[in-house]
Amino acid sequence: MGGVHPPENKLAEKQTIERLDPPKSVAIPLAQHLGVPAEPVVARGDQVKTGQRIAKGEAFISAHIHSSVSGKVKKVDAVVDASGYRKKAIIIDVEGDEWEEGIELDEGLQKQCDLDAKEIMTKVQEAGIVGMGGATFPSHVKLNVPKGKKAEYLIINGVECEPCLTADHRLMMEKGEEIMVGIELQMKALGVKQAIIGIEQNKPDAIQHLTRLAADYDGISVQALEVKYPQGAEKQLIKALINREVPSGKLPIEVGCVVHNVGTAFAVYEAVQKNKPLIERVVTVSGTSVKKPSNFMARIGTPVSALIEAAGGLPEDTGKVINGGPMMGKALNDLEVPVTKGTSGILIFTENESPRPPEQNCIRCARCLTICPMGLEPYLLAQLAEKQRLEECEDERIMDCMECGSCLYICPSAKPLLDHIRVGKTRVGKMIRERSG
Amino acid sequence: MKLLTVSGSPHYHAKESVSSLMYGVIFSLIPAMLVSFYFFGLPAILITLTAVVSCMFFEFIIQKYLIKGPVTIFDGSAIITGVLLAFNVPANLPLGLMVIGSAVAIGMGKMTFGGLGKNPFNPALVGRVFLMISFPVQMTTYPKPTAFTTQLTDVVTGPTPLTALKDGVTQGVPVSEIMTQLPEYGRLLIGNMGGSAGEISAIAIILGGIYMVIKKIISWHIPVTFIGSAAIFAALFWLINPEVYPDPVFQLLTGGLMLGAIYMATDYTTSPMAPWGMIIFGVGCGLLTMIIRFFGAYPEGVAFSILIMNAFVPLINRGFKPKRFGEEVKNG
Ligand code: SF4
Ligand code: SF4
Repeated sequence: MGGVHPPENKLAEKQTIERLDPPKSVAIPLAQHLGVPAEPVVARGDQVKTGQRIAKGEAFISAHIHSSVSGKVKKVDAVVDASGYRKKAIIIDVEGDEWEEGIELDEGLQKQCDLDAKEIMTKVQEAGIVGMGGATFPSHVKLNVPKGKKAEYLIINGVECEPCLTADHRLMMEKGEEIMVGIELQMKALGVKQAIIGIEQNKPDAIQHLTRLAADYDGISVQALEVKYPQGAEKQLIKALINREVPSGKLPIEVGCVVHNVGTAFAVYEAVQKNKPLIERVVTVSGTSVKKPSNFMARIGTPVSALIEAAGGLPEDTGKVINGGPMMGKALNDLEVPVTKGTSGILIFTENESPRPPEQNCIRCARCLTICPMGLEPYLLAQLAEKQRLEECEDERIMDCMECGSCLYICPSAKPLLDHIRVGKTRVGKMIRERSG
Repeated sequence: MKLLTVSGSPHYHAKESVSSLMYGVIFSLIPAMLVSFYFFGLPAILITLTAVVSCMFFEFIIQKYLIKGPVTIFDGSAIITGVLLAFNVPANLPLGLMVIGSAVAIGMGKMTFGGLGKNPFNPALVGRVFLMISFPVQMTTYPKPTAFTTQLTDVVTGPTPLTALKDGVTQGVPVSEIMTQLPEYGRLLIGNMGGSAGEISAIAIILGGIYMVIKKIISWHIPVTFIGSAAIFAALFWLINPEVYPDPVFQLLTGGLMLGAIYMATDYTTSPMAPWGMIIFGVGCGLLTMIIRFFGAYPEGVAFSILIMNAFVPLINRGFKPKRFGEEVKNG
């Protein structure tokens, strides 16, 4: 159902992942995940090592945070993060790169694992792993299947349907074995017999590579998927792979699925087999004007400006810098914001690429409705939201909108559909919360 | 550092714009235009030009001096209204009437409601119906097609196949007999018959329709269901009594049914949004067309049936929603 075909522009798909040195100073936000922000366990002046836990997230939905560098805690203060708001972060001045004990740094593949499900889950939680595809939902919570529900499939998301981004693609090419082991560990934790890796057909090399590797692992298979956006959205991915529809307002577990990103599978491997917490991730830096489109393994907390510098510097004619993909990413107004666990890419648009076309009357062409992957009527939702007719918004299922941006992308009149829908969702969400007391 | 643009996602926008879609429609109309120019010659060219220029002119005047808003006459929509209006009148219609028709189409049919996207009725049809009611004689005097003339005035005018049929049937002449005096289907298909300037060539219009569907300018729902339901309905009656009701092929090839189904009923603004809504709309148009042709006073039913269905669009949109994701849980 639905879907659009934005230009792919995967300029960095052949660039091998390049490890970046730690910057001079990092700002590590306490809220890098969905849920309750973590509580700092270090204070100003403390000496920390790379991989040391510096904040704990013990609420039901939260995640621990570790230092991505060694050095001295300068302060715990509010800094502007990618959302544009000031949020609390731990700022560390980097001194050398001394790692916490017990973390294995050799890159040799470690296949064997004798831990049981519970122990794997604990390790995932200890490592502070969150969904690496952008949703940043704490991973251990997803591995913990709620009572009364049963997981049948582990779905691994290697779709990377956002244009420009190549981080997952490179990871699949370069860390395929590790991803396989990570998937095995997750299967064990969940107690499922089958895992399916979904990859879009525009990455034939990754499909081939992982299919070959999967032959050696029981229950893991690879499935090539039609190229369309948003093929990698959780519900759409499940539908494409096993033809089940997650009901409105429900989670994938409702249809027996748990979905994790390939990046998350890799993080799980490192956490369980190497004892390494989530302190770095692959970030694509790309754009038509970028000198050296790249995929960097960057420490969490590295300022975006340092990544852009490493990719050849900010081009003169830059009009927009985006944190994430072109369809769902956020435009940044400050380039000092830190890379977080959910940062998949930094995209640079020229001045010409930046503006939206001018808005016109809706011509009722029905394109937005035809392509909406959730089967909604974006033109109607936008109208109702604009007029604040919230009850009607709710009846028309505004809360099902996943903000994929396809409607605004396709609209020939360039109506700011999603802008209105977002505001509407916030208001309807508030209304629902108030109603339920 | 200079300021960065901060706008909400998405940061990409598809290349299609309102005008690129509209010009796509215009491009697809070229074959039909050429056929009409071939059979009706210079007058057809003149009438088309007059309609297009007047539609753009009236839109300009209204936008600039009455609404005092932005002028959008080059977005292509006024051109389409002009071409379709010209296609809907006899090629020898006096040009002055064409100007009046354009004024009504744009002024009454479109701009009073707030312009493109807001009008409930297809503007070209509003113009046509206005002309039909106000100038019935001129509107039903059809020239006989003659390849490449420059003059139609001294050409003998002839009835459209549908008028001939209606008159015949009313006088009690059996269809089989009337048919012998009408052009055979091969000629109907390419458009060699009396009729409005552009509605005559089914082949050219179907070609344009296929182009638009392939280019995703329109979807198949309305044309297919419109033509399909008209055909089925006509076939039923023909099977019951072929002496009073002509066969469905004849029905489909005449009276602008193709033009209506492919170009007029698919007008974005005045047709439903969701696929099932489009299907209901198409079926409604098809059935109404046949009912009017069989039982109405007019020989021709396409224009009225589409206008009637236009009026139901808000209701249809309310009743027929797209299939929501995750609505019915069918697993397995
Ligand atoms: S895509 Fe844009 S112009 Fe078309 S119906 Fe939706 S809002 Fe209106
Ligand atoms: S942003 Fe929401 S309404 Fe628009 S296409 Fe995506 S899911 Fe549908």
